[in-house]
Amino acid sequence: MKYLMAICGCLLSLLVSTSALAASPSEAQQPLLMQLTEVKLSKALPVLQQLEASTGADMMPLFKTMLAGKLYYVKESRSLIVVSKEQGETRYTGLFSAAPRDDLSKKQVKKIKVNNKLRGYLRESIARMQLHHSDPEVRVEAVRSLFSDLDAPTVELIRTARLDEQSRSVQAVMDVALAMDRAEHSEDATARLQAVKALYGSLEPAVRNQLTKLAENDPSGSVRKAAQKGLDKIAKQAERYNFVNQLFFGLSLGSVLLLAAIGLAITFGVMGVINMAHGEMIMLGAYTTYVVQLMLPNMIEYSLWIAVPLAFMVSGLAGVLIERLVIRHLHGRPLETLLATFGISLILQQLVRSVFSPLNRQVATPDWMSGSIEINPLLSLTLNRLYIVAFALLVFMLLLLVLKKTSLGLNVRAVSQNRDMAKAMGIRTDRVDAMTFGLGSGIAGIAGVALSQLTNVGPNLGQAYIIDSFMVVVFGGVGNLWGTLVAAFTLGIANKFIEPVTGAVLASILVLVFIILFIQKRPKGLFPQKGRAAE
Amino acid sequence: MSNAMNKIMGRYTGWARINGESKVAPFVVLLLAVTVLASACNLLLPAGSMFYVSTYTITLLGKYLCYAMLALAVDVIWGYCGILSLGHGAFFALGGYAMGMYLMRQIGDRGVYGNPELPDFMVFLNWNELPWFWQGMDQFWLAMLMVLLVPGVLAFVFGWLAFRSRVTGVYLSIMTQALTYALLLAFFRNEMGFGGNNGLTDFKDILGFDLQADSTRVSLFIITALLLCGLLILSKKIMQTRFGKVIVAVRDGESRARFIGYRTEHYKVWLFVYSAMIAGIAGALYVPQVGIINPGEFSPVNSIEIVIWVAVGGRGTLIGAIIGAILVNYAKTKFTAIMPDGWLFALGAMFVLVTLYLPKGLMGLLSQLQGDKQPTAPVDTPLANDNREQKSEGQA
Amino acid sequence: MSVLETTREVMRRDQVWPFLQDNETQVDISHQVLLYVEGLNLSFDGFKALNDLNLYINDGELRCLIGANGAGKTTLMDVITGKTQCDSGTVYFGQSINLLNKDEAEIAQLGIGRKFQKPTVFEAHTVMDNLELSLKSNKRVLPTLFASLTGEEYDRIDEVLETIGLKGERMLLAGSLSHGQKQWLEIGMLLMANPRLLLVDEPVAGMTIQEGERTAELLTSLAGERTVVVVEHDMEFVRSIARTVTVLHQGSVLAEGSMDDIQNNQDVIEVYLGEAP
Repeated sequence: MKYLMAICGCLLSLLVSTSALAASPSEAQQPLLMQLTEVKLSKALPVLQQLEASTGADMMPLFKTMLAGKLYYVKESRSLIVVSKEQGETRYTGLFSAAPRDDLSKKQVKKIKVNNKLRGYLRESIARMQLHHSDPEVRVEAVRSLFSDLDAPTVELIRTARLDEQSRSVQAVMDVALAMDRAEHSEDATARLQAVKALYGSLEPAVRNQLTKLAENDPSGSVRKAAQKGLDKIAKQAERYNFVNQLFFGLSLGSVLLLAAIGLAITFGVMGVINMAHGEMIMLGAYTTYVVQLMLPNMIEYSLWIAVPLAFMVSGLAGVLIERLVIRHLHGRPLETLLATFGISLILQQLVRSVFSPLNRQVATPDWMSGSIEINPLLSLTLNRLYIVAFALLVFMLLLLVLKKTSLGLNVRAVSQNRDMAKAMGIRTDRVDAMTFGLGSGIAGIAGVALSQLTNVGPNLGQAYIIDSFMVVVFGGVGNLWGTLVAAFTLGIANKFIEPVTGAVLASILVLVFIILFIQKRPKGLFPQKGRAAE
Repeated sequence: MSNAMNKIMGRYTGWARINGESKVAPFVVLLLAVTVLASACNLLLPAGSMFYVSTYTITLLGKYLCYAMLALAVDVIWGYCGILSLGHGAFFALGGYAMGMYLMRQIGDRGVYGNPELPDFMVFLNWNELPWFWQGMDQFWLAMLMVLLVPGVLAFVFGWLAFRSRVTGVYLSIMTQALTYALLLAFFRNEMGFGGNNGLTDFKDILGFDLQADSTRVSLFIITALLLCGLLILSKKIMQTRFGKVIVAVRDGESRARFIGYRTEHYKVWLFVYSAMIAGIAGALYVPQVGIINPGEFSPVNSIEIVIWVAVGGRGTLIGAIIGAILVNYAKTKFTAIMPDGWLFALGAMFVLVTLYLPKGLMGLLSQLQGDKQPTAPVDTPLANDNREQKSEGQA
Repeated sequence: MSVLETTREVMRRDQVWPFLQDNETQVDISHQVLLYVEGLNLSFDGFKALNDLNLYINDGELRCLIGANGAGKTTLMDVITGKTQCDSGTVYFGQSINLLNKDEAEIAQLGIGRKFQKPTVFEAHTVMDNLELSLKSNKRVLPTLFASLTGEEYDRIDEVLETIGLKGERMLLAGSLSHGQKQWLEIGMLLMANPRLLLVDEPVAGMTIQEGERTAELLTSLAGERTVVVVEHDMEFVRSIARTVTVLHQGSVLAEGSMDDIQNNQDVIEVYLGEAP
């Protein structure tokens, strides 16, 4: 919703400002605007009210800028101006003209102060203007923002707007607002009862507050009862949506785990090698994203499309190097390999620390990934998480395809089942090893790109995920991609469902303990490789 | 693994024997001599003297010896039984916390809040009474019992679960790592009652002796050295008994050992418990000398670092573990003073280079230099077979 | 039973109290059969490794198991020694001891020794230590910690060293022995435990002809006092030692009898040489 709002806001201000360019505020308002720069904070409200009454929607950019605290005036000319900060640079633009005013400096302008009371008024006033906006989504939002303060004039405003409202969804929201008003102010108990019943389907927090109030204070018993029933219904709904919400969070954590663990599953499954530097491959991927955005600051929207293949290559190449230089020489000595790769992980961490500083770096999220889809007031799914779930599944499918359909995949599977036999059949196992390791590391790099959209990027990024990834692989059963998938989502969802009960830290402890115990019962994981080959 | 080493060391002598009888005694004598000398130079000489050893150095040496003891614990389990524990830091920290609780209780009403009963952090958290597990920890004997018991019991439960279901190889290593990670998370929580993020610190005295006094510092150092020597000799003796031979047999061929009638899981569990207790003692000696214990000691990285000490010194030699721990930590002290950023590079490189080029560690290098005249046969298949078996077990 | 009688029973001077007796389980071989394997089934991922297998081994017998690769020979040994769990069936040691609910160590302590296909000895130990570890002794943790060799045990080790011909190599590390010597050492380790039943998997693989002959001699000399089951591919070797031969095919017994019977058995010829014309 925020996302839509933002876009609409942009469009709107663009629209208004361009139209305002042609017809800047008439002479009548000029004194009022001048007044705004002169009055004290406490006297500003009536000026704003007059402005709203006289011009209506034309004042939208003024109100918005003021609400955002960006409204300034030039000391000499008393003309209003927008001061915004973008990436550390202060920019001056005219309020109604959007023309840059580079001639100004900090000393020449003064801020127009806003307090909470004014902000409240501004917000409502904007909503009132938006009630007549052309986009129904904006109108819905406008009505909802009025929910918290339904005084008589506002209700009147909504009632008149309702009369010539065409959109169903806007009508529905408006009806809720009117019903809320009736439920509170109507003298007639039956009318209140009717109104309460009309509120049943709504999940708005404001409706809930009002029903709670009614259930406690209403003079009529039947109204109280009805309000209570409504509350129960909301509670039940809330429970259901809460469940869905947790499930979604679980899925999103699960997909992050899947991305992080799946490369590990390949290297461990095929080569029997525990790569302790796997976390650092993830970190490299994340830093690749950071560097891409640094290099192409104007292409943030496309940066991920560039970063994904690039991260795959960077991490993959690093993986191949590690395999060729170190792991190859430790073949058949898994514990030593573990130690050596741990050493590599230390080196990589320190390297990144030296090159990029030990501080966390923020990676920008492209607009198309930020924001959320609001399904109803109780349930909204953030877009970045939604994309990551889809992305993880896509990567998983691609990997499955590579392993099942390509000759590399055939070789990899052959080597994982019987290394000596594969060698005897003429498969160059050392080459397959290098490719496998590169593939696993490359996928870790992709995971890094995804992670950079969820958290800050720092040298310890990989460390945070490595133990969890190991748990996923061990839990799922080594050498089984489907096992990894099931394990990742199981652990992710389990974690998110335990969390509200016990808190995040205890939840991850419980999951770890559970896996330790699980491994006792089934040392080979959920989906063990069976048969004599596995002996 | 040991095969190549045996060949290097000569065909007619078991390596355990060579190290066991001919090297432990001189090493112990050397260690004790240095200890006594350093202590004497601290206590008897004036601060201006050329040979004066500062109390700071004494504490540093004491810290090294605690690390050496920890390395000894890891070597017992890794070098002799092939169990790579990446969680020994947990036992160390638990021993340390037990000691820390005793020291906390000794502060009494000298804390910032002056509460005679509750440690400062509990007052800060508005707790009204001491949690049950803090009861009685003001008794030295109970605290010392806990130093042994808590790591021991944890090791027993974990080992019993893991070894009984035959979790081996890298799987086991990862499980131990998960264990210490879980404890790390747990001890960060304030609700656990162990001081959360800050841990336990601001200790005043131990058994009535002021912890800041030179004499107390020196005594702690000497006690550490004595205990280290004692545990070294005890471990060596244990490894020379038939029990020790079974342990090595388990490392080299666990299923063979089972097929001649040994319950290998029982052997592994008890060795694991023994090793955990040594780690606990090391932690308990570490805390009064360093003056703080916090959840950071549980971090998996610390535990892996112990392994590299052992690897540098040469695993399966006990003395090697001690030498490795002292050397690496000395290097760390020097390195972090000169170029702090370089240390992790050096440590990482050490991991890689030692595993690649010095699989027997310094002790192996030493005996190689000594035994050059003896015929060295090429390393043959048993080594590879041995490890392949381990690997397939890990995979299975 | 009156109190007096009970007391008298307890105080009998010609008997040791039961709890003081060596609690070694006696193998009941009243029917002259030492090992009963009945209706054994085991499948790996749909592949039937053992298929309703029935096998009886008499006490003191020397039995040879032959069969193509994958016939189930080694798997059968795995099940008997507790390494692998079977899907269904029974394995009894003597009349009363059910082997299926015991683990490897228990089965070994009952007196069933096993030699692997690939010789597995403790490479880092001396020959002497290898044998010491295999001694029939209390193998629990604490007794082992305080155990030391008695004079009799030394003699026993010497005796076995003599038998396996490694007397001169007693202080050598097992890892430095030749392949054949390792095979011998492993047999020696089995002998140390004084087993009732020896399961020997391909004892002459990798041995010279002379070594093979000595092995054959040793195994035949062991039979009678002990029971020996040998799995072997080398038909010459089997012919030289076998009295009774069992042929396994696809997880079940195809034929059983003397070597001559087996060689003329129509089923065996079909399986080994293809369809009869």
